[in-house]
Amino acid sequence: MAEHEVDQAIAFEDAAAITTADLHGEMDADRTTELMTVNIGPHHPATHGVLRLVVDLEGEVVRDLKPVIGYVHTGIEKSCEDKSYWKVIPFVERMDYVSYFFQMQAYCGAVEELIGLEIPPRAKYLRTLFLELCRIHSHLVWLGTTALDLGAISMLWYCFRERDRILDLFEMATGQRMHTRYFQVGGVIEDIPLGFEEKCRAFAEEMPVRVGQYEALLDRNEVFLQRTKGVGVVDRERLLDLGVTGPLLRAAGEPWDLRKAFDYLAYPELDFKIPVGTIGDNYDRYRVRVAEMVESSKIVAQCLDALPEGPHIADDRKYVLPPRSELSTSMESLIHHFKLVTEGFRVQPGEVYNAIESPRGELGCFVVADGSSKPARVHFRDASFVNLQSFRDMAVDTYIADMIATLGMLDPILGGVDR
Amino acid sequence: MPDAPGLELIRGEIERDHPGAITATSFDRGQAALLVDPERLLAVLSWLRDTPGQGYRFLSSLHAADYLPNEPRFGVHYELLNRDRVERIRVKAMLADPGEGAQPQIDSCVELFPTANFQEREVFDFFGIVFRGHPELTRILLPEDYVGWPQRRDFPVGGEPVTFTYNERNYG
Repeated sequence: MAEHEVDQAIAFEDAAAITTADLHGEMDADRTTELMTVNIGPHHPATHGVLRLVVDLEGEVVRDLKPVIGYVHTGIEKSCEDKSYWKVIPFVERMDYVSYFFQMQAYCGAVEELIGLEIPPRAKYLRTLFLELCRIHSHLVWLGTTALDLGAISMLWYCFRERDRILDLFEMATGQRMHTRYFQVGGVIEDIPLGFEEKCRAFAEEMPVRVGQYEALLDRNEVFLQRTKGVGVVDRERLLDLGVTGPLLRAAGEPWDLRKAFDYLAYPELDFKIPVGTIGDNYDRYRVRVAEMVESSKIVAQCLDALPEGPHIADDRKYVLPPRSELSTSMESLIHHFKLVTEGFRVQPGEVYNAIESPRGELGCFVVADGSSKPARVHFRDASFVNLQSFRDMAVDTYIADMIATLGMLDPILGGVDR
Repeated sequence: MPDAPGLELIRGEIERDHPGAITATSFDRGQAALLVDPERLLAVLSWLRDTPGQGYRFLSSLHAADYLPNEPRFGVHYELLNRDRVERIRVKAMLADPGEGAQPQIDSCVELFPTANFQEREVFDFFGIVFRGHPELTRILLPEDYVGWPQRRDFPVGGEPVTFTYNERNYG
């Protein structure tokens, strides 16, 4: 046991300089330094989905690794080309299945830019509200499962308790707990119901307290600190070269957040901070995400305070379904409804790249319109897919146990990686 | 985004250093795009990345689209981001279909932007576009033994047959 702790201490100081002698003492003739290639996954609880890792091990130390992906590729991008614009929305939600609102926003935002449709202020605030709830939801799933990887089983129950309250809110407003199809081209499908505001406000007030409780459980937990501090460090220049965005980049001290950099939705009118780390180890990644949950709760509360009155969806009948009540009285509405539901709307040729800040970084949606009622190409720049490239840099020359912790802190969602 | 005159300024400056590298510009729906000669792609990308005062050092996304029935058929898009000026620019290279059996080719930009590694493999996987000089150009999301380039517009949307007891004779 004592010897193991010494080894750990060496690993923290300079992971790259570990030699076999440090690990096993001086070499005997019968000991071997042979590299062993081990396959981990694709079905493994520690890989957070169906990720396969081919790892070259020297004893317990990872010397090289290669992520092998594609096990849940479902051809969503191809299927989107066969659907009219509004039917694509439920498809793209199912890519990154813990941050579904973000895919909807990336896609709907791209289509709105293509057709030049301005969404009403209330819809902007409602979208922002649900995006931030979804960000908390995504970070809760991450915190619960990653703490579980490090042995903190109770964290999973606490995180999923709060996650359930968010899902209750989603169900109340949209009818679905996951994959809500709430955002439409032009706004959101329904206004929030009576009683939602109260419930949501109570949640937004309580969430920072809950985050404080998580921190009390983890921040002074010796096992958690030893397993995360100084592990998986990659400097920010390298991260930028690798295209890494989101909390991983911010943990390395780069205050880059698309919510602040580009004006979209209601973010320019809201007051929130961008948490950044210092050295970019696993501990910083944890701190940044936990701080983001508190900031997101603030945004939720502000959205409720500032929620403007007015329509929740644009009034352009060429793109937006008419209200149900009009169908029995207005022939014109009936025709619009029929056209939209059967053929969908047509979009003038053009191409648009719309990027938003998802819980994992830059989520971009590239849509090509060819003049028909179906998109000619829908491509998602998924943050997990790009971030996964940095995993080798993070995990090489650390222990295999730290590699698992680092993978958790990387927070890839394989549904988004494989699409 | 650079505005429309800003885009023309960038084009003019590139023209001075690399005459003929930019074949057209487009400014559509607030998004600026440079259409480049595929053979001169790397020159333009490294100019945008390294020229003082430009600094498009971050490659947000790399993707392709099939513009069938238009010619040239394939487009490879590089979404560059200047984080200092908070501006995006799209560099677009159009590739013709070289015909039966041959695959369109373009230079790999992994040396300039290491993030392009997975994304170029993805484009290769789905469109069959070969990136010359890529360190490991293999299929990434589809199985290694998959035949065909499914994101091309002439590839049909359809399911793969699932074997059940009643139809196993047909599919084995």
